[in-house]
Amino acid sequence: MAKLENIRNFAIIAHIDHGKSTLADRLIQDCGGLTNREMKQQVLDSMEIERERGITIKAQTVRLEYKADDGETYILNLMDTPGHVDFAYEVSRSLKACEGSLLVVDASQGVEAQTLANVYQAIDIDHEVVPVLNKIDLPAAEPERIRRQIEDVIGIDASEAIPVSAKTGVGVHEVLEALVTKLPAPKGDANKPLKAMLVDSWYDPYLGVVVLVRVMDGVMKKGMVMKMMATGAEHPIDRVGIFSPKKTPVESLGPGEIGFITAGIKEVADTNVGDTITEAKKPCAEALAGFKPSQSVVFCGLFPADAADFEHLRDSLHKLRLNDASFEFEAESSAALGFGFRCGFLGMLHLEIIQERLYREFNLDLITTSPSVVYKVHKTDGTLEELHNPADMPDPVRIAHIEEPWIEATIMLPDEHLGSVLKLCEDRRGIQKQLTYAGNRAMLIYELPLNEVVYDFYDRLKSVSRGYASFDYQLKEYRQGDLVKLSILVNAEPVDALAMLVHRSQAETRGRGLCERLKDLIPRQMFKIPIQAAIGGKVVARETISALRKDVTAKCYGGDVSRKRKLLEKQKAGKKRMRTYGKVEIPHDAFIAALKMNDS
Amino acid sequence: MTTQTKATNAPPLALYVHWPFCERKCPYCDFNSHVREQVDHDRWRRALLADMRHFARQTPNHILHSIFFGGGTPSLMHPRTVAALIEEAAKLWPTVNGLEITLEANPSSVEAARLAAYRSAGVNRVSLGVQALDDASLRFLGRLHTADEALRALEIARTTFDRLSFDLIYARPEQSLAQWREELTRALSFHAGHLSAYQLTIEQDTAFFRRHARGEFHLPDEDLAADLFALTEDLAGAQGLLPYEISNYAKPGAESRHNLAYWQAGHYVGIGPGAHGRLPLPEGAALATQQSKRPETWLDQVENKGHGSENTETVTADQRCEEAVMMGLRLTNGIDKALFAARLGRPLEQAINPQAMADLIDLGMLCDSPTHLATTPDGRLLLNSLTSRLLS
Repeated sequence: MAKLENIRNFAIIAHIDHGKSTLADRLIQDCGGLTNREMKQQVLDSMEIERERGITIKAQTVRLEYKADDGETYILNLMDTPGHVDFAYEVSRSLKACEGSLLVVDASQGVEAQTLANVYQAIDIDHEVVPVLNKIDLPAAEPERIRRQIEDVIGIDASEAIPVSAKTGVGVHEVLEALVTKLPAPKGDANKPLKAMLVDSWYDPYLGVVVLVRVMDGVMKKGMVMKMMATGAEHPIDRVGIFSPKKTPVESLGPGEIGFITAGIKEVADTNVGDTITEAKKPCAEALAGFKPSQSVVFCGLFPADAADFEHLRDSLHKLRLNDASFEFEAESSAALGFGFRCGFLGMLHLEIIQERLYREFNLDLITTSPSVVYKVHKTDGTLEELHNPADMPDPVRIAHIEEPWIEATIMLPDEHLGSVLKLCEDRRGIQKQLTYAGNRAMLIYELPLNEVVYDFYDRLKSVSRGYASFDYQLKEYRQGDLVKLSILVNAEPVDALAMLVHRSQAETRGRGLCERLKDLIPRQMFKIPIQAAIGGKVVARETISALRKDVTAKCYGGDVSRKRKLLEKQKAGKKRMRTYGKVEIPHDAFIAALKMNDS
Repeated sequence: MTTQTKATNAPPLALYVHWPFCERKCPYCDFNSHVREQVDHDRWRRALLADMRHFARQTPNHILHSIFFGGGTPSLMHPRTVAALIEEAAKLWPTVNGLEITLEANPSSVEAARLAAYRSAGVNRVSLGVQALDDASLRFLGRLHTADEALRALEIARTTFDRLSFDLIYARPEQSLAQWREELTRALSFHAGHLSAYQLTIEQDTAFFRRHARGEFHLPDEDLAADLFALTEDLAGAQGLLPYEISNYAKPGAESRHNLAYWQAGHYVGIGPGAHGRLPLPEGAALATQQSKRPETWLDQVENKGHGSENTETVTADQRCEEAVMMGLRLTNGIDKALFAARLGRPLEQAINPQAMADLIDLGMLCDSPTHLATTPDGRLLLNSLTSRLLS
């Protein structure tokens, strides 16, 4: 057990690409956590997708031993936190496990929206925040300007911000010293009953579920029977350790320490981030504040492109859930797409990550339906229904009113793009709350309906700001909205997979866009095909695919009939990827393209 | 001639002879053709005869209905070679009366001069590769003859042979309806009994494929192609040349019997480099043969092994049924149900998806009678969609 006064726990807060992982690597290296040979670039981000996208999905820690200039050896626990709005709750728990934060800002780019949200969270829980100006080796670096920006925008004292180049190593020593001298030591009492926070957990094929913990009071030891206060489940602890960053067993974890335990837990779903762990036979009096069970915000249907892959998809979703309890799924069937699953996610990035992992790790080719938020449908009989799937919308005559979730969005951008971003927000029914400037950067606060955001807001924002706008949001509240179900009919039959709930004012535009897109995507067939967008019985947009006139090849194949048969066989194989809808064959690519939101 | 008398129900056979040489490779052509400075005609004659004998041993009891000299450019063959092959075929198989013997010829003046010699060799039908009647189009198509030469060759061929056919390629880049009307009308004025009019298609591994992919030229769109097709039927029909297959037009009785073997699931022997054959196997299956494509390889092989087959593959009865539906619906009269059952050993109804057939009849694309299943005029143009549904 480490001496309390020689422990420093800190999180790193940074925007994507501002060099968080490189700085972390550098800190590990300087403390001798890994030899050069063991040093892989960006040690912390272990998942392939994390590495590629440069984002952190799972919280991770490293324990460093640092011999400071005062001659004492300190234990520094570095907490790498998820850096995306979808994982805001996980971020808040990671921050809670620390007493201070390093705020890493790119000295050429400045503060971004995401950083802002996280740093405010850190300030709210009384973190000591140490600003770091990273990438000062870049020719475009303007440390002085960015220092002022940190003070203007965030409102903290940045006079002692440390100029760093994680790449060259400049300033790294100063960062380590600042951690020791500026951050408070954790508090806690080893003699009290055990009270520890479950920071995160993941599935390890050899060890089962590995739980990342921060001990507040008491001591965690191997053999102790622990109890999770939210679920009441009890497990004997069979391993206690720390990350150096390698998993290293230790005797025990005492107050202020961060480490891991294993306890024969089978599924990540049995562990809830933010839960309080105590000792079964000597429990603490009350649990840590702020625990929230995870809740899906965005829903969509996932269907195998090849219907034969349904079982494979089911197995794959089960396997993914072993390690990610924050998404949910249930079987769903669609007339257009066959059998699949309705899945709930923490947000759009979470959705994309799951989709990509299914594709990469399980080799699944998927059709994803339009993402939908959770609507609250108040019915005329006084009951309330939560709607995850537009296809399940009750008959309009039985609906009194519908509520939709609204968010408060923070957008930061260079002011030359302000006009187009304001227009985008207005088009998406946004309500402006605040517009402030810091230098040539504008900060916008808008209230927006979440369904407008999941549709294609983020892609549009990136495109109108040429990639310079950053965006973050918080769920705010449910508000009543004039929402209608927009159906798409192909050859007079509704295509359930394309149905969506939209605001009445958007229905016609959205419907026309989809009809036009489908017209180009569905190949001409032997007869004319009307494509319509309708609200109830009222058609709001219509396109027609004219009939195919000629597809016969005039070619003379001579005696090489096999070649022609082989062409036919190829054509038949292609047909497997078609969904027959009524009499119309729709290539599944057409669904994917129609459902793709980024170029509408 | 040692033609044995056989029962009339002996299975029919067609013989295809491939001459793989051309003076120049046409940019649209993906047939097996090669340009060579020198060809040893005696050696080639001996080899083709040996290849033919090899297949005759595998097709006893068949009766020969047609011989077709294709290419390449078979009008570059010595008439002596053609004569020897015809003579040998008649020794190897019994033949029907009025055996159809076709030779494809280029309409250059040199080759036109040889037409009479081919007639003496036994050829009784000639198919002229006219392709177009204006010089710019002929140059685009990479042809060595001019429009004038083609017209003179047509004249010579008409007086030399009772049965004359010619090929045209239309739906060429920039071709308008008016231009095609004028060109086709001129071509039809020769009163040939048979016309093959193919729309230009871009085949992989041709010079056109690469040029087309680079955007050097564009083909007419689907609507114009359909209009050109309709115009072809109208103009040919007005001259008494009725469409009996997607791209083939004939006066009644002047249809190509040889090609009907391909369209009606017949058996055929293919000799010469790259030639395809379909030989009978028990229970409706067939043996697909393919001869080595490179002329020198084929020649060595025949001289060393006695045949030029590079690849043989069993086509199952099911696959042959698919082929028969696919090819048979190209004919205006459609699939002759009795002939289908006789050749494939099962009724047509077993080979196709009944629901698709009912839907297509409803849509006015197919027409079913007790004796035939045929496409309607609308359905003919959509044959690819049709067959893929019928065979799903």
